[in-house]
Order: sequence, then structure tokens, then C-alpha cells
Amino acid sequence: MSLSRTIETPEISGALGTVPTPRKHVLDLDDFSREEITEVLGSARGMKEVLGRDIKKVPALRGKVIVTLFYEASTRTRISFEEAGKVLSADVINMSASGSSAEKGESLLNTGLTIQAMGVDTIVIRHPHSGAPYLLAQHLDKVSVINAGDGLHAHPTQALLDLYTVQDKLGSLEGLKVVIVGDVLHSRVARSDIWGFAKMGAKVVLSGPATLMPPDLMRSSKNIARSHFASLVEVDTDLDRAIEGADVVMALRLQQERQNAGFLPSIREYIRRWQVTDDRLERAKPGAMVMHPGPMNEGIEISNSIAHGGSSVIEEQVTNGVAVRMALLYQLTIGPGQES
Amino acid sequence: MQERQIMNQEDVRRALARVAHEILERNRGAEELVIVGIHTRGVHLARRIAANLAEFEGVEVPVATLDVGLYRDDLRDRGQSQTKLQPTDIPMGIQGKRVVLVDDVLYTGRTIRAAMDALIDFGRPKQIQLAILLDRGHRELPIRADYVGQNLPTAFNERVKVRLMETDGADEVTLIFEDLNGEEQKSAEEQEA
Amino acid sequence: METDSILIRHARIVDPSRKLDRVGDLLLGSGEITAAGRLGPDRIPEGCRVIDGAGLVASPGFIDLHCHLREPGFEYKETIAAGSKAAAKGGFTTICAMPNTDPPVDNAAVVEFIQKRARQDSLVRILPIGCVSKGRKGHELAEMEELASAGVVAFSDDGDPVYDANLMRLALIYSSDLGLPIINHCQELSLSCNGVMAEGPVATHLGLDGIPAAAEETMIARDIALAEATGGRLHVAHLSTAGSVPLVRDAKARGLSVTAEVCPHHLTSTDQWVLGRKGEPTTAAGGLAYDTSTKVYPPLRAQRDVEALVQALADGVIDCVATDHAPHDVTSKQVTYQDAAFGISVLETALGSLLQLVHAKKLSMGAMVDRLTTGPARVLGESYSDLASLQPGTAADIVLFDPEREWTVDTSEFESKGRNTPLEGTTLKGRVVATFAGGSLIYQSPELKFEEPHVNA
Repeated sequence: MSLSRTIETPEISGALGTVPTPRKHVLDLDDFSREEITEVLGSARGMKEVLGRDIKKVPALRGKVIVTLFYEASTRTRISFEEAGKVLSADVINMSASGSSAEKGESLLNTGLTIQAMGVDTIVIRHPHSGAPYLLAQHLDKVSVINAGDGLHAHPTQALLDLYTVQDKLGSLEGLKVVIVGDVLHSRVARSDIWGFAKMGAKVVLSGPATLMPPDLMRSSKNIARSHFASLVEVDTDLDRAIEGADVVMALRLQQERQNAGFLPSIREYIRRWQVTDDRLERAKPGAMVMHPGPMNEGIEISNSIAHGGSSVIEEQVTNGVAVRMALLYQLTIGPGQES
Repeated sequence: MQERQIMNQEDVRRALARVAHEILERNRGAEELVIVGIHTRGVHLARRIAANLAEFEGVEVPVATLDVGLYRDDLRDRGQSQTKLQPTDIPMGIQGKRVVLVDDVLYTGRTIRAAMDALIDFGRPKQIQLAILLDRGHRELPIRADYVGQNLPTAFNERVKVRLMETDGADEVTLIFEDLNGEEQKSAEEQEA
Repeated sequence: METDSILIRHARIVDPSRKLDRVGDLLLGSGEITAAGRLGPDRIPEGCRVIDGAGLVASPGFIDLHCHLREPGFEYKETIAAGSKAAAKGGFTTICAMPNTDPPVDNAAVVEFIQKRARQDSLVRILPIGCVSKGRKGHELAEMEELASAGVVAFSDDGDPVYDANLMRLALIYSSDLGLPIINHCQELSLSCNGVMAEGPVATHLGLDGIPAAAEETMIARDIALAEATGGRLHVAHLSTAGSVPLVRDAKARGLSVTAEVCPHHLTSTDQWVLGRKGEPTTAAGGLAYDTSTKVYPPLRAQRDVEALVQALADGVIDCVATDHAPHDVTSKQVTYQDAAFGISVLETALGSLLQLVHAKKLSMGAMVDRLTTGPARVLGESYSDLASLQPGTAADIVLFDPEREWTVDTSEFESKGRNTPLEGTTLKGRVVATFAGGSLIYQSPELKFEEPHVNA
């Protein structure tokens, strides 16, 4: 009897263990826990090793079909997903709105249902409307949906690659000061990065024209309730002050049409007040990283010398993007396992 | 559920010492050897075998680590706990080497199949051998181990649990099985309550 | 002896037109209310059918100043027949149909079409509203006198604001001798832009374009100034912001002819509902977010707006509840939030929603009934006051409801063709048991039980 004992909590996987509810979709980072983000970043490290091999091919997703469904022009994100899928041996089918049935007026939902009926495992969608991936996730029960950028809302895979890049360089995200500069109002990258960095324990400071900040993030808007989201960030429109002691400075793309829409007096004034320049970067912590989600308007939100200078990690962001997307594709395709 | 100990700390130590000796004997030394541990516990066993080799033969045999997750054919059935990747690190390469794969339990053989596929993506080894702490039978592929710490015939509904100092704070191998008497007793108690 | 009389016995009679709230009996016959109060057996005709009203509230049939029946033009969203059944089920006996149909109600022929359809298909009284401008285009005034003569009860370009300030001014002046109100959907378009929900924390979270409260408030302020300058009659449609309340209150204090309405959804739900969890606060939106059934104009706003509107309704600053019943087909809502149509199907849930406020003691039963009956009747004008009364001699438009009955909203049981409501699956407390229009039983729930016909002893 001394060799026998009763187990109270089985700790092995399979029939005896409890399998955590697997994630089916990646829609935004707001529903990721810190632990889950950590796990994705850990898997991405393994994936980056695969990308460094002579033979960049593993059979993990053999026989799986991924459709990239892009309703917006995109080069880097689409290619990044395509490479990620192909390195994992999935079949990747690219579909863009132009030249497809979407152009003939087929609704997004019907397009999604059609793709599902073809036995596809994962849909990677980019759409100009916020929430478009949610529409698919709510109505398609057999496929996983990955948000590759929806309207002004979210770009979770970009945020995860940003987290990965910073963690890779600086070791940890805890306690870092991350300054995001520019058109936060219209930036899905900023929204997802705010969730991601805040969940990982970094302090996020937003800087840019007050007209390009979401109104509820501005302390001056007394009439508007401030959200939990707003509690994750600080806003300082004075970039010279905001950038003090920053570990990471991220410049957002400034679209020229914001001037026409009246958000800005002129691009010239924007450059003067919010361009990330060498002078401004000197106020940041020594060795601070400069990031940009791309595509860059060099000479507008970021100076040429910074964009290609030693502090820029913009190219590494691109490489890491493939690894992070591999990790997500792998986890989603493998994750929803049946309990045996 | 009941759990019964199969190997204690001393049993594990002795088995790994014997396996190290057998490796040396079969390969006539440690020349061109690479020990490749399969994550997670196989890596620790590989390091211990390498330490034994260093002690017995006075040579440093390189140890590499391998995560076979990306090569498995059965992940869908295993739940998400298996999706976390750990670093694959084969700095010395395996081209033309004698590779000894190390894992804790040999069961269906599918992990070893995946490990061999993974290895071959890194080059063409001269030979692949397999060292295992415990062989519990029930193979689903034509695979057998070259070095076995202990053989243990088991039933399908039983589970084998390997604990190692590095990960679990103790060295032991146990068998987990349904205790039918205990279950009956429990349901009788429930009825009383 | 056969009789068409019906007796409602021992009901709680709430009749704001007479400031009445007490248990009693109502006798209906020949389309009218023939007697009210505590009726002795001698006053009850032989063979009269009897309803036990114990525990139920009897009030004048509800009046809705603002609904969209979609006919002509959008019969796939709603018809006069289906909309009228939905109204009856919701306790409404008079509903005012907004003119944003196709063709719009900008000439007498369309008014007559609606009236003809209403006579053929409708269980309830349908009062058409005419357009302010030709084709609802906001450039030239519609032929308002022709519309008034044909029977419209108000003018509105609802769905869109009367955007041009001078056209609004002229409409208020021109209509002043017709005695009908101008109902404006107040929304400063240069502020609302492409907005699809309330500006605020949820819009920021979801990356949806926000509609600032000022979009509504600036136009209400403008219209009040115009009403003051012209002496015209202004009725402000669907107030949604806390800041709109003092504007209306001040206008009334200055004696202007300004009235206002509020919708049940703006009294009971917030922009949190867009997150798809029926208002339950959450920091992680998750897969349920972007619930397009919550997309409505004006948008669902913050809790402080809801509280201010409830208070203003209780205080009487807001004259009435209007449903803004805006039914849509499924396809119009199974799209992205940005593409989804604005509107909620409200007629069948209005009472249950409003009773939440009564149960929470934020609104008295008398006030609630007033805002559904005498309130809207006052906006329509003196000649409609009988519609909101249980006085013997008036038409027997009566709703009988059980304020305590809990039920789960199941849109598959809706009479309306529009199944678009965020309340689907939620539990409401309070439901119509029977609706009478002109003495006829036009709706009865399964709970309605007739007793044995009355026999005089």
C-alpha cells in the first residue's frame, strides 16, 4: 500500500487532464490574457528558428487550407500570412476583393459561407470596416477567423509582432515606456498595440494632434465617459515631453487626406510638432527602439535618418511578423482538438 | 485513480548509467556522437546521459534539443497544451553524425517518427539510434528502441507518468490506473450521503 | 339575449386624462366605453362577456407618434398589415406612420394609398405623417396644405433632418396656419459625418466612427431658436442625449410651442450593448461584439444620458414615448456594423421595456401611461384627446396588460416583419394581455380568459 496513492488533481493531458478552452479566432488582443500572449510569443520564437533553417518547411499544417480574404490593398500583411502558411505546409489561397464575386456585390457573409463550404480551415481577413471579422466569426461555425486588419479597429497580428520585436530586443515588456505618435484616432495598429503593451505591463503614452486622438481618451472631454481602454494609456500632445525616457517610440502612418478633412492645419505643421527626429529621440532613453507599422511616409511622421538609422527595428518587425503569424496559424489549426 | 511507483530515483540513475554504457559499447566510443533530446523530459535525460558519457569516457558529447510539435500527426487529438513550441537547437548539425535520440517513454512510436522526420530536415545523419527510459508497449509504427531503461507491459487505459528532478522536483516513474474497488467504495459513500 | 358587450372586471384602471388610478370595471359596447367605475350587477347587460381583470392594468390604448411601416416601397421590411398587428400586440391602438416610404408621402395620392391600405389591412388607427420637403430632399417645401387636407397629422422628413436652416424656418412659418407640428430628426450632419454609434469609450474600443452628442444638440438649439422666431410648432423626435434635455426644458419654460419624444431603447440601453452582451460591461469585446441589432439613429448613448432622459420623461420635460419602430429585413443587419441599416423593431417590446422603469421606481405607472397616451395625444392636438381617455362615450381603445408577467423576447414570435432587436433572448417583465380598438378585441394573449357570460340573477 505504501507504493500506492490517490491522485487528487490529474496533471497530464488527454483523457485524464482538463484541456483549456482552445481559442478559435484571433479577432483582437482585448480578449487575450497575458499568459496567452506569452505563449504565442514563445511559440513564435520556435517558428523563427524554423525560418532560419536551410529548409524552411515543416509539415505541421499539411492538408490544411488557409484563405487570405483581402478587401483592402496590402502587400506586407498578405505576403507575410502567405509565407507563414506555406512554411507550415498549409495550402494558401489568396483572394482579393477585386476580380472576385465580392466585386459583383456578393455580401461578405455569403462570401464567407461559400469559402467555408469549400472546406477551408482558416480565413485570414482584411476589411475596411471595423468588425468585419466578427461578422464571419459569428456566422461561420467550421472555420477559424484571423483578423488581418479591420477598419479603424484592430490589427492583432501586427501588435503581436510588435510585442515580439520589443521583447526580443529588450528582454521583457514589463515596465517599459512605449510612446505611440500620430494619428491614433484612425489607427487599428495603435488600438491593438495599446491592448498588447498594456497587458504585458508596459506603460503606453500617446502623442499627436488632439484632433487625431479618440475623444474619450482626451481628458479635456468632460462630457464623455472615459473607458477602461482610456485607463490603459496616457495622452500628452507635446511630443518633446511625451518622449522623455521612452524605451520604444512608434510612429504611425499619417495619411495625407487628414489635412483635407480638416484634422490638421498642414502636413508642414505636423512635421514640426510630431515628426520623430534625431533631436527628439535624444530625449528618449539611450538605445530606445523606433518602430513603424508601415508603410512609411518618410519625411512626414518619421525622418529619413531615423527610418534607416541604428535605432530602427522596422525591418525586423517584418521578419518577426512571419514567425508570429506562423505561431498563430499553428495554434488555431491545431488548437481546437477533440477531447479523446 | 490510483498511482503506483515503477521506478524510484535509484532505478532511474542505474538505468541511465547502463544506457550510457551500452551507447559506448555499441558505438565503440563516443566519436561522431550527438545526443538529441526530445522536449521536454527527453532533453533532461539527454543531458544526464551526456554527463554519464563524460564521466565514463572523459569526452564531451554534444547535446541538441528537438521540438517535434511541427512534425506530429496527432496534435489535433491532444489539445492545446501540446501546441506550445520549445526551442529546437542543433548548433553542431547532424550531417554524417551518429544521432542518439532520447525520450522518456516509448509508446505508439509516433513521437519518434516525427522526431526522425524533423532530424532529416537538418541534414543526413549516418545513423539514428533511440534511447528510452521506459518502454510501455502498444506500438502503432514499426519502431523499436536501441537502449531501454526498463520495459513495462501496460494496459491501454493506464497512464505512465515520468517525473524528473529538473522539471518535477523528483526522479520517479509511476503507473496511473483506475482503481475499481475504490470507485465502488466511493459511489457507496455517495449513496449514504 | 346576445350582446357584443364586454365587461373588464376588477382591473386597475389607469386613465391619466382624468388623473384616475384605481380598481374598477369597464364596460364596452357598440365600439364605445359605455360605463366605468364600480358597476353593480344591474348595470351589466345580459349575455355580456366578462374578463377577470384582477392584477391587470387597463388603460387607454397607446398612441405612437413615430413608427415606420415601410409601405409603400419597402414591403420586404414591413407592411401596414404586419405593422398594425405588431402595434396591437404591443398595446398600441393609434400609430403615426413616418413618410420615408417609396414614394415618400409628399402628395395626397400617397396619403390616400396609405389610408386605403389601413382601412383594408389595419387593426389599429393609422395616422399618416407627411413630408416637410418634396421628395424628402430638403430643397423645396412639400404641398403641406394638400397633405393636411388629405389627413396627415404632422410633417417630418424623418430619417433625415431638415438640414437647411432656412427651409426649416419656412416650414415652421408655412405650417403655422395648418396647426400641425413639424417633427424634426435633429442631427447636424457635418458633426455626425459617417458615424454609426455614439461617440465614446465603446466607439473608441471598437474603432467605429462616433456621433457626438453635439450633433443632436446643436440642431435642437437651432430649431428652438427658429420656433421662437416664427411661433411655429416644433416637435423634437427621439431625444437621445443628456444635453438635449435642458434645451427642451428651457424652450418650454419660455412658453414656446416645443414638444419632445423619447424612445424606449434610449431609456433602457446604452452604447455598451454594441459589445453584444446585452449591456453587461466588459473590457474584452470577444466574438459577440458589433451587434448590428443595436445600430439605431440616434445611437444608444451613455448611462448618464439614459438617466437624464428617464428623469426628463418622469418630470414631463419630455412629453411622450415614441417607438421609432424601424423594422428591417434580416439581410440589412447581417452585414458589417458600418453597412447595417439603422433601426430597431420596437412596437412589441416597448411596454416591457418601459415597465422596467416602473418596476425600478424611476417612473410611476400613471406617468408611464400618460407618456404613452395623453402625452402623444397632446402633441397631435386638441381633437385627438378622446383617443387617450377611458371616459364613457369615447371610443373603446383599450389596452389590458399584466405588469408582472415575465416573458422572454423571441423574435420568431413577432408579428412585425422586422426581427431586428437587441432584446432578443432577454427577459422583460410586463406584457399586453388584450388590446381593444373601437370595442373589438384586436389582440389577445393566451393568458386572456373569458368567464361565463353574465346572467342577471
